[in-house]
Amino acid sequence: MNPEERHIFSVLVENRFGVLARVAGLFSGRGFNIDSLNVAETHDKSISQITLVTHGDAQIIEQIYHHLNRLIDVIEVTDLSTAGTHVERELVLIKIATDDPQKRTEVLQVAEVFRGRVIDMKPASLVLEVTGDEGKLKAAIDVFNTYGILELARTGKIAMLRGSEK
Amino acid sequence: MELSGAQILVDGLKREGVEYIFGVNGGAAMPIFDALYGETEVKLIPMRHEQGASHAADGYARATGKVGVALATSGPGATNLVTGIATAYMDSIPMVAITGQVFTHYIGSDAFQECDVIGVTRPICKHSYLIKSSDEIADVVAEAFHIAKTGKPGPVIIDIAKDAQNNEALFQYPETVDIRSYKPQVHGDPGQIAKAAALIKEAKRPMLYAGGGVVLANASEELRQLTLNTQIPITVTLMGLGAFPETHPLAMEMPGMHGSCCANYAFTDSDLVIAVGSRFDDRVTGDLSKFAPNAKKIHIDIDASCIGKNVPVDVPIVGDAKSVLTELNKQVSTADIDPWRAQIQEWKQKYPFEYEQKSDVVMPQYVIEKIYEHYSDAIVVADVGQHQMWAAQYFKFTEPRQWLNSGGLGTMGFSLPAAIGAQLGCPDKTVVNINGDGSYIMTIQELVPAVTMKLPLKVFIINNMYLGMVRQWQELFHGKRYSAVDYHDNPDFALLAQAFGATGLRVEHPDDVEPALQKAKGITDGPVVIDFIVDEEENVFPMVPAGAGLGDVIRGLS
Repeated sequence: MNPEERHIFSVLVENRFGVLARVAGLFSGRGFNIDSLNVAETHDKSISQITLVTHGDAQIIEQIYHHLNRLIDVIEVTDLSTAGTHVERELVLIKIATDDPQKRTEVLQVAEVFRGRVIDMKPASLVLEVTGDEGKLKAAIDVFNTYGILELARTGKIAMLRGSEK
Repeated sequence: MELSGAQILVDGLKREGVEYIFGVNGGAAMPIFDALYGETEVKLIPMRHEQGASHAADGYARATGKVGVALATSGPGATNLVTGIATAYMDSIPMVAITGQVFTHYIGSDAFQECDVIGVTRPICKHSYLIKSSDEIADVVAEAFHIAKTGKPGPVIIDIAKDAQNNEALFQYPETVDIRSYKPQVHGDPGQIAKAAALIKEAKRPMLYAGGGVVLANASEELRQLTLNTQIPITVTLMGLGAFPETHPLAMEMPGMHGSCCANYAFTDSDLVIAVGSRFDDRVTGDLSKFAPNAKKIHIDIDASCIGKNVPVDVPIVGDAKSVLTELNKQVSTADIDPWRAQIQEWKQKYPFEYEQKSDVVMPQYVIEKIYEHYSDAIVVADVGQHQMWAAQYFKFTEPRQWLNSGGLGTMGFSLPAAIGAQLGCPDKTVVNINGDGSYIMTIQELVPAVTMKLPLKVFIINNMYLGMVRQWQELFHGKRYSAVDYHDNPDFALLAQAFGATGLRVEHPDDVEPALQKAKGITDGPVVIDFIVDEEENVFPMVPAGAGLGDVIRGLS
C-alpha cells in the first residue's frame, strides 16, 4: 500500500443546479474521501469554486483528478498540492460559555493569542471568529475546548496558488 | 416561429438526424408523443416496456455508430429506462434518453408518477439535463447529442417537465455547440506516441490488446494496419470482437475469464502489451498481481481516468484511437519476433476452443458453429450468460459492429430489444439474436413490436433449462447447490412464439439443427424463434476462476 497524502483540489464549475451533487456523488460512488468541502460563487457569477480536501495514495489522487475532469460541468481542476505553493485558510465560529467573569477574561486573552475576533457577546456566552490554516485552527480549538465549546461551525478550507502561479 | 416545447424537441431530433425513437407512452410525456404522431422523419417505435426501449436505442447505436434515442414518461417509465441507461454507460454507447417529468410546480412534492430521474441516473450517465422551460429545449438537445457522441461516448438524459413540453417558445436551433467545460482530447501527445513506437521496436514478445474503444472510434482499419504492418499477435476483447478478423493467423481470439488459452498465456509471457481502447477489466486480467508480470504497458485510451486505474502503465496515451493509431502507424516497426510468433501459433494449435460432440443431445457449441456457417456475415446480438461466451468463442467475427453484447454491465434481457434496434438501423443486414432461456424471458415482450414491424429477426435460444452461467459457478464453487437457477418450468418458447405471431420451432436432436436453420433462413416476413434444447449441464471452458491468474486457466477438456 502506497502512503496516503492529503491533497487540496480547486475545482471551477458551472454555477448551475445539481453540480455539487455530481461532484459529491462521484466521491461517494467511487469510494473517494472528502475531508472538507467549500462551495461558493466566484467573481464571475456563472462560475462556482469548489475547494475540496481529500486524501489517498498517489493512484487514488490521480483518479480523483481525472474523474473530476470527466464531469461535463467541471471547467478546470487544479491539484493545489502539486501545482505550486499555495495559501490556505479556513474560518471557524466558536461559541463558548462565559458565565463567570474570570472565565470570560481568560477566553478573551486566548482569543487574542489566536487573533480571534469577538463577533457576539451575551452575558453567558460569546462567539469568536478565528481564521487560519489547519494547524492554527486545531491549536485554537484544543485550547477553547478546555473552556467548554457550546457550538462550533467551520467553513471548510479555501485555498489559492501564490503570486502569478495559475 | 413559436412552437410547443414538444415540437421544438422533435424538430431538434430531426436536426440531429434521428431516424428512430424507441418509447413507451405515459402521462408526463404525452405532449412529446403527440408531436411524434404521424411524424415520418423521426419514426416512433412503440416498445412494450421502457427497458426494451432503452436497449433498442442502444442496439441501434451499437450497430450504426449513430446516437440511439429512447423516450419514456416520468416516474416508473423513467426508472424502467435505468437498466438500459446503465448498460449503455458501461459500454460507452452514444444514447439520448428523454423522459417526461411532472409539471414544474409539482416537482419536489411527491406528485403522482414523480421521480427524481436526474438523481437516480446521476452515476450511470455521461450527463443529464432537467428542463423547466420551453426555451431551453433546443440548446439542450444540441448539447446532449454533442456530448453523447463525442469524446468517450455515453448516455445523456433529458428530463422535461410537462409544462415545458406544452408551453411555446421560439425555435432557434444552434448551428454549433461549444461547451467551455467540455473539450475532449482527440490527438495523442506526439512525444508519448514516439515513446510507444520505441518500445514496440525493442520488444521481443509484444502483443496487441484491443477493446471496444476501437469499435467506438471507428478505428478498426487503423488497428488492422498496425497489426499487419508490425505482424504483432493480437487479442481482441469481448467488447471489441470484429475489430480485427478472428480468422486471421495473427488473431489470438478473446482474452480473459473464458478467453483463449493462447491469449491468456500470451499475456503471461509477453514483454510488451499494447492496449488500445481496452480498460484492463477484471474479467480480462484475472488476478492483477499475476497479470502480464513481465510486460511493459502502452495504453491508448480517450478516457484519462481509465489509464492506470487497474494496471500501472509505462506509456499512457490519451486520445482518440483512430487519431493515435494513425500517427503510430507512421513510425512503427518491430524487432525480430519470429520465435514469439511461433510460440503463439503453437499455443493456438494446441489449445483451440473445443467441446465433446454428442449424438443424442444438442451441444450448445455445435449450434453456434452451425449458426456461424449459415450467418457468418450477420450482425449477432447476444445476451448475457453461457450462450454469450459460446457465441464469442465459436462465431468468428470479422467486422466491427458485427457483434453486439452487454459486456460491461452484463444485462440479461438486453439482446432481443437491442436486435430490434440493430435491424431497424441496418435493414439490409441479417440480424441474429443468440439468446439464453433465462435472458430471453426477461424481455420476451419485445417480440410484439418485432412481429408488428415484420422484422426478419432470427432469434436462436440456447436453452439448457437453467440460469446456466450461475449453475456452472454453483457446480464448481458451491457444491452443486443449484439455488434459484432451475428454469425447467419455463414455457414452451416455440409455442409461445407462435402465440406472439412469430414462427416458432423447437429443436431437440442434433440432426434437426441444420434443417431448422435452413428453414429459418427462408422466413423473411417476420421473426423466427428457434428453441434449441441443449445439453443441460455443459460448462464454458476454458475458464480462469475469479481471482486466479491468467496462467492458471482451466482448459476443460484438454
